[in-house]
Amino acid sequence: MNINWYLVVSALVFCIGAGGVLTRRNPLVVLLCLELMLNAANIALIAYARMWGNIEGQVFAIIVMVVAACEVCIGLGLVVAIYRRRLPIDVDELRELQG
Amino acid sequence: MTEVLFFIAAIGAISGAVGVVWLQNPFFSVLALVFHLLSLAALFLLLQAQFVAAAQVVVYAGAVMVLYVFVVAYVGAAEAAHFKAPVGGTQRAFAIGFALALFVELAIAVLGSGLAALDTGGPTVRIGFGGPEQIGQALLTKFLVAFEVASFLLLIAAVGAVVLARRRGGIHEEEARVSAMAFLRPPGAGTMAEAVEGRVGTAVRGLGAPDTTGEPVADDAETTPETVR
Repeated sequence: MNINWYLVVSALVFCIGAGGVLTRRNPLVVLLCLELMLNAANIALIAYARMWGNIEGQVFAIIVMVVAACEVCIGLGLVVAIYRRRLPIDVDELRELQG
Repeated sequence: MTEVLFFIAAIGAISGAVGVVWLQNPFFSVLALVFHLLSLAALFLLLQAQFVAAAQVVVYAGAVMVLYVFVVAYVGAAEAAHFKAPVGGTQRAFAIGFALALFVELAIAVLGSGLAALDTGGPTVRIGFGGPEQIGQALLTKFLVAFEVASFLLLIAAVGAVVLARRRGGIHEEEARVSAMAFLRPPGAGTMAEAVEGRVGTAVRGLGAPDTTGEPVADDAETTPETVR
């Protein structure tokens, strides 16, 4: 398969994730859509690694997976902390930082 | 054969992504993301990235998604009333339009690219390409700094998540009572001694709804032996 096809799949998944981040209100689902966007970037990185026949893009993808795991860890910790304070789990109502 | 596998995996990945955004129940969204990640692992295998595919299945679709399922199960049952529908009206239309515009732009960038190698399947690679040997060699020689920084980042994230999510920690505002015992066994850490004495739960104060329906909350922190001492 040509590398083009993988990049188009990557772009499509990235756009679905971006639309999800903008439309969903539950912070858990917003985090899931962020995962979609990071994974789309991973497909593009690995496709380029295949295109050049070079391993470095795959190492980059592994680092992206580490960062995504950290982001999930902190994000879910925040969701649990919000739940313990009996605050609504809704990004539209948690807007104190908005100014 | 490669084409058939590619289209099966790509359709699986895209339908999984649509399912994450479309499904209303967060639990089903998590399951759709697991399906999406497994399809992505198949795509990675087609791109000769065996180690990344294996890490994707084991770490991502295994460990991280188990974390998600735990949190959805912990939060979801009691807070079902807060799971609202996606935003409607102008923001929804704007978001869909933005996503479509972004996709058109990216597709133009990919298909109109001057990189001639994009129209090929990539060069032929030697037999161990993408295996653990090459990845490990690159991580421990050329990318050693990134590797070590990633390990520090994971440590910081783990400590931060524990501080945020433990009982009576993180974002509560209450005066700290410092004693030697509090360092060894902080109150609210969920030790067995606390469970035996019935001192479980989090004292609810500050902003937020004052109703303490649900789990048995022992918010009489003044009468516990911890503070009497």
